This record gives sequence, C-alpha cells and structure tokens, in this order.
Amino acid sequence: MTPHFNQSIHKDTLMAEPALSIRGLTKVYGNGFEALKGVDLDVEQGDFFALLGPNGAGKSTTLGIVCSLVQKTAGQVKIFGIDIDKDFAKAKYHLGVVPQEFNFSQFEKVEDIILTQAGYYGMSMKEAKPRSDRLLKDLGLWDKRGGAARMLSGGMKRRLMIARALIHRPKLLILDEPTAGVDIELRRSMWEYMRRINREEGTSIILTTHYLEEAESLCRNIAIINRGEIVKNTSMRELLTELDTEAFLLDLEAPIETLPALDGFELERVDAQQLALSVRKGTSLNDAFEQLSAQGIKVLSMRNRSNRLEELFVNMTSEPDTASDIDSATSTSAKETAS
Amino acid sequence: MNHRQLLISLWTMVVKEIRRFMRIWPQTLVPPSITMTMYFIIFGNLIGSRVGEMHGISYMSYIVPGLIMMSVITNSYSNVASSFFSNKFQRSVEEMMVSPMPNWVILGGFVIGGAARGLGVGLIVTLVSFFFTDFSLHHPLLTLSVVIMTALLFSIAGFINALLAKKFDDISIIPIFVLTPLTYLGGVFYSIDLLPDFWQSIAMANPILYMVNAFRYGILGISDIPVAGALVAIAAFIVVFWSLALWMLNRGKGIRS
Repeated sequence: MTPHFNQSIHKDTLMAEPALSIRGLTKVYGNGFEALKGVDLDVEQGDFFALLGPNGAGKSTTLGIVCSLVQKTAGQVKIFGIDIDKDFAKAKYHLGVVPQEFNFSQFEKVEDIILTQAGYYGMSMKEAKPRSDRLLKDLGLWDKRGGAARMLSGGMKRRLMIARALIHRPKLLILDEPTAGVDIELRRSMWEYMRRINREEGTSIILTTHYLEEAESLCRNIAIINRGEIVKNTSMRELLTELDTEAFLLDLEAPIETLPALDGFELERVDAQQLALSVRKGTSLNDAFEQLSAQGIKVLSMRNRSNRLEELFVNMTSEPDTASDIDSATSTSAKETAS
Repeated sequence: MNHRQLLISLWTMVVKEIRRFMRIWPQTLVPPSITMTMYFIIFGNLIGSRVGEMHGISYMSYIVPGLIMMSVITNSYSNVASSFFSNKFQRSVEEMMVSPMPNWVILGGFVIGGAARGLGVGLIVTLVSFFFTDFSLHHPLLTLSVVIMTALLFSIAGFINALLAKKFDDISIIPIFVLTPLTYLGGVFYSIDLLPDFWQSIAMANPILYMVNAFRYGILGISDIPVAGALVAIAAFIVVFWSLALWMLNRGKGIRS
C-alpha cells in the first residue's frame, strides 16, 4: 500500500500533546483595538470543539492567528506540540482551514483548485489525484469538477472549501462557519460528513458557528469567547447542565380563549392553539399535564421551545451594563427633551 | 518541506500562473501583439522609411529590439501586478498563506509566471517583426540573458506594486505614469546620440535605457551605453528588488492584519 502523505509528519507527533494549545494570546490591531486579551485554550486530539462568540468577539482573529492569516501581538500557539514561532511550516502540515468567506479563484476549475492546494503542500499529482477524486465524490462535487468555481451554488462552494482543506489529510480541521447560508438538508449532510471524518479518521475539528443547534449537535467541548476573552471553556454536557429551566411548546387539540393557570409552572400563550411551558429542573411534567387535563385542555404534541445552548450563550455574552446604560440614556434624553 | 516538496510547490505555483494568463489569452497575449504590429506598420514602415538609417541600420530594424523589450517589460510587470492583486482581492492568497510553502516559493512562482508571460509576448512580437524585417542575433547568449533578467526584474517590481496596492487603481498607476514614460524615453525609438548633451545626461539615469540598449546590442551589435555595466546594473536591481519583495512578504505587508 502506498504510504499516505503526511504519514511521516504524523509519526513524530506526540500523542500527549493537544491538537491546539493557546497561551496568553493577545492581538492589538493597528488602530489600537484589542481584539484578544490573553486567550488560553486547549483542544485535545480527536475532539470536536466549538468556539462560539458574538460577531467581533475574537473567534476569527484567534483562528486567523492559528492559520497564519493574522499576526499575533503576544502569546504562544502550539499545533500538536509544534510552536508556530519555531516551525510554522511543520505545524501547517497538520492544519486544514475552511474559512468563513469564499477564498478561492472564482475562475479556476473546481478540480484545479483542489489539486493546486495539494501542490502547495508538496503532494505529487500521483498522490493528489486519487485523493481529490475521492473528496469530490464524497462531497457531491464530482459532476462539477471540470466547471469554473463561480458556477457553483453557495453550498457547493462551501463543500469545495472543505474538500480543499482536506486534500493533504490534516489532523486538525478548522471550520469557520462552514454551513452559513446552506439549506437545512445540505447542512445536515455536511454535519454527517464532519462527524464521519472526526470519528473514522480521528481528525480533530474546531468549529465556529452561529447555528448553536449545530454546535450542540456536533461538539463535545466548547469555549465561548466574548470581547477577546474566553468566558467559558468546558464540555458541552457540563455546560448544558447549568441550565436550570427548560421550555416546551405544547400544541393543543382545540383553541383556547384565555391562558390557563398552572400551579408551580410558568405558562405563556403563543397563539390560540399553542402554549409555552417553562419547567424547572427536577419538576415532574406529569403535574402540568394533569392540571391542563383538569381544565379540559388536551395536549396533542410537545417539543423543545428553543435551543438550550442559545439561552446560555445569550446569558454569557450579553452586556451586563446594557440595562443601566439604556436607563441612563433614556433619562438623559428625557431631561434634554424637557429642558 | 524537503527539496522534492519545494520543487512540487514551486512548479504548482508556476503552472497556476501560466494557466491563468493562457486562460485569458485574448486579454493577455493578443492585445500586445496587435499594438506592436501597429508600431511596426506606422513607425517602422510608414515613418521609418523617411527617417532613414540609425547607427547605419534601417530604422525598422533599429526599433525591433526596443519594441520587443517594451512588450517584455510591460507584460511581465502587469501580469504579476494583476495576478497577485486578484489573489489578494479574491482572498485566494490565503490558500498559499495557510500552506507550508516558504515565502520565497510564493514570490518565485509569481515572478517566474510573470516572466513567462513577458517572454511569451516577446516571442510573439519577435515572430511578428519577421513580417517587416530580417535580423540575426549578434550575441545570442547575451540577448537571452538580458531579456530573461529584464522579465524577472519587472515581474518582481509588479509583485511589490501588488503587495502595496489597496485597490485596482493602484496597480495601474505605476505602469501608466512611470513605466510607460521611462520605456518611451528609454531609447526604444531613437538613439540618445540624437539628444542634446543635457538631455543625454538625464536619459542616462533611466534604467530602461540600459536594458533596451543591452538587448539591442545582443541582436544588432550596436549600443549607446557600455553593455557590461548594463548587465551588472540589471543583476543588482534584481537582487535589491527580490530582497525587498521577500522582506515585505515575510513581514506580511499588505496581506496580513
């Protein structure tokens, strides 16, 4: 069997080393904006890791530094134990990057884009071609391989970037909002593909996304970054247990005129035939159903109201002083109007 | 990267660059050929027949080396300037930046690609010139050395321009306001012997004059300036520009935030 490209590079990878280790990472842009304020982060080998944060929180800056697209101000970044300040070229062999924005020549042929990337990693055509064929087929781009990239749909362009990132068999794949603007069906097939390469090939994956459902579904560990600082870094399971209430939507058999009163539960009328029920952890749902039943209300179906992670995310990244700022601004404005 | 991987990555860069200008050949190869044909017809045939000889050579033959060199200079420069800036604009430069390719391979790939277009257009113009005049090479090796070095030099210059450029206008300013005047005043159409002393001294400060004359010496065996000095000057410029471009690339000028 032909030895895989990158095999020799992986040989010297220390198994104990994290796939990515970041210490004290800071970035101050030329205009004085401090995008990162001493970020510490570890992503273990084989992990499926979510890096979440609102726009401008520092996600892309962090990943940009890891991929050498952004110059750091201070701090240390190690990829599989290799310090990027000492041997960035060697560290880059382990990295595959799928950026947020399309960053390929729109005029090149789909297959040429992938094979050219292979060439940048020093892969011979003999090795790159079968690998490229496999990726094109796996990602549903085979029929489009001879066409110009600009002719692809948005979802296909995203898959092209995934194929390109995987051509050299990276051990750490960085996916910066890979499913933005992709329809649900395609998004789920991309999830399945990512799960497969994580599970079967052991590829460590770092994912940033605004679809929190995506992070909850795919990732085992999570870090939340806000204003250039990591505000949470834990396992997904651990994080979700921090929620002490859950909300459900109840679809009713018949419309109701008024909101029924339930002891020990918060209830909200969404519309005539739908109620939102908030339940504290450890509370039996049976009580709620019994009370509804006693009032002649029959529940046909029930589902989670919103993504649980989304609630936590909003709590952690919301600005603490916003309310008071708004209050003071309102009162100032009111005074000015009065005078 | 080991030597084999470095070679593969450099080859990939060069092939990508050549594929780019070949894909858009009606924009890259045809227009300069048509422009030069016009020069041959108007300056060489129509006006040239009234000009007579220059340094004992027909005017048509005299301007051929200059016109070939002019094509090489402008096409080498504009190829790299527009190609690298397009890569910046479309962000496909990130494909190279995330890879383990050293910066000298990236620079080398663009420069060789640009030189390939410059030399390709130069070859087309040479073939076109055979419809208007005959000439043989007096010093083939010198001719080849000068034209290759000039193509490399202006490719590197185009790369620096693209690195610094922030918008498409920025890659046309130098060719229009610097390169074209220097080329026209660089002895393409006349011998500097025709100029008054003062203007001769000014013309001697034009680096393109040395390239055109060294190339003309290689083809026709005549030159306004010492050829050895010209070769040394071109080589020195290559070293300085290459070092500057590589330094800028290493610093991430214009491509890293």
